Amino acid sequence: MTTHELVVMGASWGGLAALGLVLSGLPRDFGAAIAVAQHRGVEPADAVLADALARKSALPVREVHDKDPIVPGWVHMAPSDYHLLVERGGTFALSTDPREQYSRPSIDVLFESAADAYASRVVGVILTGANPDGAAGLARIRRRGGFAVVQDPATADRAAMPEAAMARAGADEVVALSEIAPLLTRLCGRVPATEQARP
Amino acid sequence: MTADWTVRGTADVESLEIALLLEAVYQAYGYDFRGYSRGSLRRRLVRRMEVEGLKSLSALQECVLHDPACMKRLLLDLSVNVSSMFRDPSFYLAFRTKVVPLLRTYPFVRVWNAGCSTGEEAYSMAILLREHDLYDRTRIYATDMNQTVLDQARAGAFPLGKMQEYTSNYIRAGGTRAFSEYYVANGRNARFDSVLSDNIVFAEHNLVTDRSFNEFHVILCRNVMIYFDRSLQDHVLGLLHESLTTLGVLAIGLKESLEFTSHADCYEALDSSQRLYRRVR
Repeated sequence: MTTHELVVMGASWGGLAALGLVLSGLPRDFGAAIAVAQHRGVEPADAVLADALARKSALPVREVHDKDPIVPGWVHMAPSDYHLLVERGGTFALSTDPREQYSRPSIDVLFESAADAYASRVVGVILTGANPDGAAGLARIRRRGGFAVVQDPATADRAAMPEAAMARAGADEVVALSEIAPLLTRLCGRVPATEQARP
Repeated sequence: MTADWTVRGTADVESLEIALLLEAVYQAYGYDFRGYSRGSLRRRLVRRMEVEGLKSLSALQECVLHDPACMKRLLLDLSVNVSSMFRDPSFYLAFRTKVVPLLRTYPFVRVWNAGCSTGEEAYSMAILLREHDLYDRTRIYATDMNQTVLDQARAGAFPLGKMQEYTSNYIRAGGTRAFSEYYVANGRNARFDSVLSDNIVFAEHNLVTDRSFNEFHVILCRNVMIYFDRSLQDHVLGLLHESLTTLGVLAIGLKESLEFTSHADCYEALDSSQRLYRRVR
């Protein structure tokens, strides 16, 4: 049985393509829940990004509503214009608190709350971006015993975000974009579909 | 058992400190934040701790207990909920087409804007109702737990820099006028026409600890309960339910849901994607 139950991912500039590649590489029986904060403008309608990513992923991709349960094998997307937070007891919360690093959803907000709630059971992943958001959150994940993955800046559309994360938090693994999905599958294991919770 | 003098990681100590601090605030001042979602609450507490130049949340607890001025500053941090005028234009558009016709059937309309913070939503609703010639027979009760934000709301002044965003929201919300007709520039602020606040009553009310105080035809409580945990949400939904007339309209945030709550079967969706519900029992 694996110890990593939640993967939190943060991406900014170039994130749609990077997230698409990572999610398309994860198996249908992926063993952990995934939560994603992707910087973007206010979406005119519901779940634009979630729908785009769902077409590339074998896993269900859903936009989070307040107090939704954290479900293994699902990809939970932060809605546009809300922060996404992880609560103890296996649920998400949303907030409309001010932007952090000019961003809502903020990667730091997601990562820090995930570190508090999941400690060593969380994996944090920083992908491409032109903004230092996520560096403080990844540092908190490492301090609490979680696992930190940073996309190799050489393979990133924009290198500033992975570079900022490495400078502030360091990393347990720095890997090329194409290696992130196989690494996450090793870290989180695979669960036979019948054992996955499907509310 | 041998004593183990190491603590189990800083975040566990911190969550203990938060629980003790919230208990202290409740017992000393009567403000009850114990049922708030912890993630967002923690960020606000830590920010206040840092601004006060303190090293731990235990130190913040000491400060709050011995210095009421510190408690006042913390209360402001914990109660400000950022909003914008006509946030979620699609919601206001749906309100115009689906709720306004219902309100026309009432001789007098009472609206409760619960958790109004600095008043952006109350003024937006006043503008909307005015454009439909309903405002003269409407009273909007805009309530918040914090007197300081109510004073700000009463002043009706919002940063001039926000007006571009608000204008764009207003247009997408079905606004038919020039938005600039509603305010005058005053230094760095846009001061809104006092006609708009004529029928707004700003009053102190705490959703967690106070009771129902009137019966309303419309209750707006958008993106307020996201700060509460499930059991506090149920409690507050009960309070809103008691305060809503039969066939009255309840509006919650676009990412909130009545599903799985204790009152789910008391409401019918008027517009489910815009989270407009009608009380049916």
